[in-house]
Amino acid sequence: MNGIPLLTLLTVLPLVGAAIALLSGRHARAVALVTTLAALALALLVWTKLPSDGSIGLIERTAWAPSLGIEYHLGVDALGALMLVLSAIVTLMSVDAAHRVHKQPGLYFALVLMLESGLFGSFTALNFFHWFLFWELSLIPAFFLIKLWGGAKRGPAATQFFVYTMAGSVALLLSFLAIFLATGSMDFGQLGEMANSGALDKAVTAHLGPVMMTLAIGVLAGFAVKVPMAPFHTWLPAAYAEAPSPVTMLLTGAMSKMGVYGLLRIALPIFGHQIAQIRTPLLVLSVVTVVMGAWAAAAQKDLKRVFAYSSVNHLGYCLLGIFALAVPASGLAVQTSQAAALNGVILQMFNHGITAAALFWFIAMMQERSGGERWIDHFGGLRKPAPVLAGMMGIVLFSSLGLPGLNGFVGEFLIFRGVFPLSWVAATVSILGLLVTAAVILTVIQKVFTGPVPEKWASFPDMHGGERLAMAPVIGLMFLLGLLPQLVVDSINPTVMNLLAHWRF
Amino acid sequence: MFTPQIAESAASGILWLIPALPIVASGIIALLKQPMRKLSATLAIGSLSCSLLLSLFAFGHVLVGWASGAAVRETINFTWIRVGTAHVDLGWILDPLAAVMLVMVCFVGLLIFIYSTGYMAHDENFTRFFCFLSLFAGAMLGVVIANSLLLLFMSWELVGLTSYLLIGFWYQKPSPAAAAKKAFLTTRIGDVFFLLGMVWLFAQTGTLLFYNAGMGSMEALKLGGLLATPAGLGLSAATVIGLLIFAGAAGKSGQFPLHVWLPDAMEGPTPVSALIHAATMVAAGVYLIARVYPLMQAGVQLSASGEAVGSTVALTVVTWVGAGTAVFAALIAVAQNDIKRILAYSTVSQLGYMMAGLGMGGVAVGMFHLITHAFFKSLLFMGAGSVIHGCHEEQDIRRMGALKIDMPWTFITYAVGMLALCGFPLFFSGFWSKDGILEAAQHWSVAKTPFYLLVFGALLTAFYMTRQVSYVFFGNYRGHKEAHESPPVMLLPLVILAFFAMGLGLVGTPAWPWFRAFLEGHAAGFGFAGFNEPGLLAVMAASSVVVLLGLVVAWRIYGNKPIKAEDPDALEHAMPTIWTLLEGKFYIDELYGATVIAFYAWWAGVADWLDRRVWGGIVAGVAWLFREGAQLGRLFDVNWVDGGFDKGCEELATGGGLMSRIESGRVQIYLRLLALAVVLLTAILIWSSRG
Repeated sequence: MNGIPLLTLLTVLPLVGAAIALLSGRHARAVALVTTLAALALALLVWTKLPSDGSIGLIERTAWAPSLGIEYHLGVDALGALMLVLSAIVTLMSVDAAHRVHKQPGLYFALVLMLESGLFGSFTALNFFHWFLFWELSLIPAFFLIKLWGGAKRGPAATQFFVYTMAGSVALLLSFLAIFLATGSMDFGQLGEMANSGALDKAVTAHLGPVMMTLAIGVLAGFAVKVPMAPFHTWLPAAYAEAPSPVTMLLTGAMSKMGVYGLLRIALPIFGHQIAQIRTPLLVLSVVTVVMGAWAAAAQKDLKRVFAYSSVNHLGYCLLGIFALAVPASGLAVQTSQAAALNGVILQMFNHGITAAALFWFIAMMQERSGGERWIDHFGGLRKPAPVLAGMMGIVLFSSLGLPGLNGFVGEFLIFRGVFPLSWVAATVSILGLLVTAAVILTVIQKVFTGPVPEKWASFPDMHGGERLAMAPVIGLMFLLGLLPQLVVDSINPTVMNLLAHWRF
Repeated sequence: MFTPQIAESAASGILWLIPALPIVASGIIALLKQPMRKLSATLAIGSLSCSLLLSLFAFGHVLVGWASGAAVRETINFTWIRVGTAHVDLGWILDPLAAVMLVMVCFVGLLIFIYSTGYMAHDENFTRFFCFLSLFAGAMLGVVIANSLLLLFMSWELVGLTSYLLIGFWYQKPSPAAAAKKAFLTTRIGDVFFLLGMVWLFAQTGTLLFYNAGMGSMEALKLGGLLATPAGLGLSAATVIGLLIFAGAAGKSGQFPLHVWLPDAMEGPTPVSALIHAATMVAAGVYLIARVYPLMQAGVQLSASGEAVGSTVALTVVTWVGAGTAVFAALIAVAQNDIKRILAYSTVSQLGYMMAGLGMGGVAVGMFHLITHAFFKSLLFMGAGSVIHGCHEEQDIRRMGALKIDMPWTFITYAVGMLALCGFPLFFSGFWSKDGILEAAQHWSVAKTPFYLLVFGALLTAFYMTRQVSYVFFGNYRGHKEAHESPPVMLLPLVILAFFAMGLGLVGTPAWPWFRAFLEGHAAGFGFAGFNEPGLLAVMAASSVVVLLGLVVAWRIYGNKPIKAEDPDALEHAMPTIWTLLEGKFYIDELYGATVIAFYAWWAGVADWLDRRVWGGIVAGVAWLFREGAQLGRLFDVNWVDGGFDKGCEELATGGGLMSRIESGRVQIYLRLLALAVVLLTAILIWSSRG
């Protein structure tokens, strides 16, 4: 630990903000804005302080409950730091979007900030206990945000969300308890090394019998629900649709990345060998996630459900890249493909976070202007009364479609570049997802923005100055990352190399 | 053979400015307010003029090199991103192929920009139009200068986007919006295969640069590796990658079976049809194949003199698709009545000729037709625009007629374009470029059928163009309001293009095959000995006879006849069944509607059903178990008052303070159950670990 404990500071900051927000009533949003801005600044500071070799830096480590293997152990590499930046940006966007919370704003923004703290904690923790605490901590505010501020069917949606994720968490917890019993350690780094040397397998087998694969599946189940991976995704459309749109921004923009992050930080280092053994069924499920996610989006009539399923599809590409690269490395060609896929996955996590959050922000604006209307067929011709909204949302939609020049393309290109040589069948079937997503998005544009303007939308208000100003940097970021992805890739590539060097399949 | 010149020069150094200027202009125009029409048009035209000057400079540089015996192929490459130890490179290239295409795109584009200031003068979204048009020009020029398949693909998709935006320009009408979506999605079908081909090429060769001092993917070393890699079915990786890339080209260039979007794209403003859907974007597919020609041709046998003998699988496929599309689309064009749709099917057909020319005769043959076609087809489209304008937005040729009197300038220039398209002997560029393709087809060693197909296509071309011109310019006027000639700003580009539609042929005659010599990097001799090649004169004679036959027959049927707009077509009268089939475009759209689109909708329903019923059902089952568990828990828990599932949740939402909310309700139960489960399972684990 050197000097200021930046990561602890970053995690505590939103909690302090939450406490203040809870007491400041109507001014809670201002408090939240200040807090999230400060958090973003801190997260960017963390990003600049990463070690250049891609290893884990900014380490904070103190004993906590040594007899239980629990340590206070924080640290980030470029993967973790990028997720911190993403969480900070998405939370800021979400707070910015939530300017119409009239019911208990203090509580609302306190919960949002608690959620942010949970995100920060889970993206920095390197000890299972500590990590799990924050993983669950982020779940509780999300539950109440859906439950108390959600749409008409919020009750069942929130419960389903909670129970589903909880069930996944229990599976995760049990697997790690078993590992702790066998090894006496909860440290990710240590467990990863033991897995590489084969000591983990031996210890688990000696204590519990041949259950390594069962434990791996337990851990995967926890993450599969969170990401989500088909068929564990059914909680998602309801939760995304019923949550207030700013909360959906958080769910899709940041929380869904917790699952992918967990796969990269926890599942692959510790259970790489087991994952490689069941790679084929996992790839099949990933392809199903990509293709059926896109197709299910095509069947939806509710804008929020369309983009909920579209999120499933986009995160499916992450799963595809992750499971495709789980092959024993043999030679430079395979390593290059693995590196391409992993770079792509990490970029896709970030890009999807930004783009999906922006999309739900636009949906929030449209709901405000239309009295909560979400049905696609009820809109039409909006480009005429609201050209700026149509133009800006159009850019974001094309980013989601994966148009080159915008951020979405680079990640998808690198994932396909990596996956194709490793599993050409999976890559080839998954391109169907690219096609169907394009059809879905263009259908949304066609039905919402083109055609004659219905009478009731004739004076649909366009985006006002403040909204334009808020959205402009987000769209600027999309162009920036689409044209100069090296700004991010230069930092994540060393981490990718570092991660791959430590994984054994 | 000329000596290669690959060192960077001032000309290749500034090449990136050529696409960058219009893109920057487009960005500025995007920020302008709607009433700033003049400024937006000035910016667009000004930036493209600069691009044209720079293109001419680059072209001059290549030409000077060529004249001094150097085959210019200057590239500037740079690393975009690093992944692992590999890197993704981008770059641009200046060679004769790029230089010719640059000048053509800038020149034709500029004329169409100028024409648009007249054509779109009364449109409320004038500024937006020039914003999109500029963006298109920049993206298209990006395709042209790309020395990296990735950069080409990125520009290619951007071109697709602008095409989408411009087809759907009149977005308040449902039909342009639908046509725009159809165009984007149909071309995207080709593009996803293109993407696969690209990632495969990247994985195999480790680079996406075309040329990189011997290490590029289009150079011998990497091509050899691709040829040696089997890809199943007895094909090499080179062949399969080539075919995947061709799928992308077929989508963009409207080749069968992905041609369906191009006729619908005529819903866009006519200058857009001229620029994007006739001269440039649709030719991008042809250009792409010309650019990756070494890959398409990889493994072909070479004769002692370096000429290709025989063909490759990839080029054979290109040829058959091209020749088939050429006839197929020409047949449909015979039975259409919309002036722009006739031209659209004609474009599809001519793109087929270009593809077939590439497949059988090589880059120079296909590219020459691309260049001449760009001039005469944009001339025809802008002429059609002038006609539509003059007839008060009428597009049905049955409601026109006798316009040669009211619109003399349009008529004369249109006639030039029509004769060039038909390939009228000697004085029109289309004759020489089409002749090159026919000659190559005649010598093709694989099969003779494409030759006959293309000759038949030439007959049909002469026929449908004569039919169209007879309907539009001869006979009696059948419109509602009196027609008027277009303003000079629209006529001037027509006259300039007409000049080129005739004169361009001079650079590609057998007497002086300059175009081929320039592209292929050898000296161009002048002399009539070129005509002595075996079979050449016979092909020329045959094509002339066929063209004249088409003209005469069509004139006998349609020429100068006083008819009524409601009358059935003469051919419809003669053979109603065939006419219905052709007028219905062979019902390909209906076929797709009943298969692909129906499957898409049905499968979306299946995906939704799976989610709601099957997976959702399982979840509901689990929830039911939980509910029963909760009923059980009721016995132990006095806090649990009401067993209703949602009732507890509602309480949670509407109850008193926050703390009391957390104290009661269902979540409590779940947490308890989960905690109980965890404790039990932990106990089991600990117990089992002892044993």
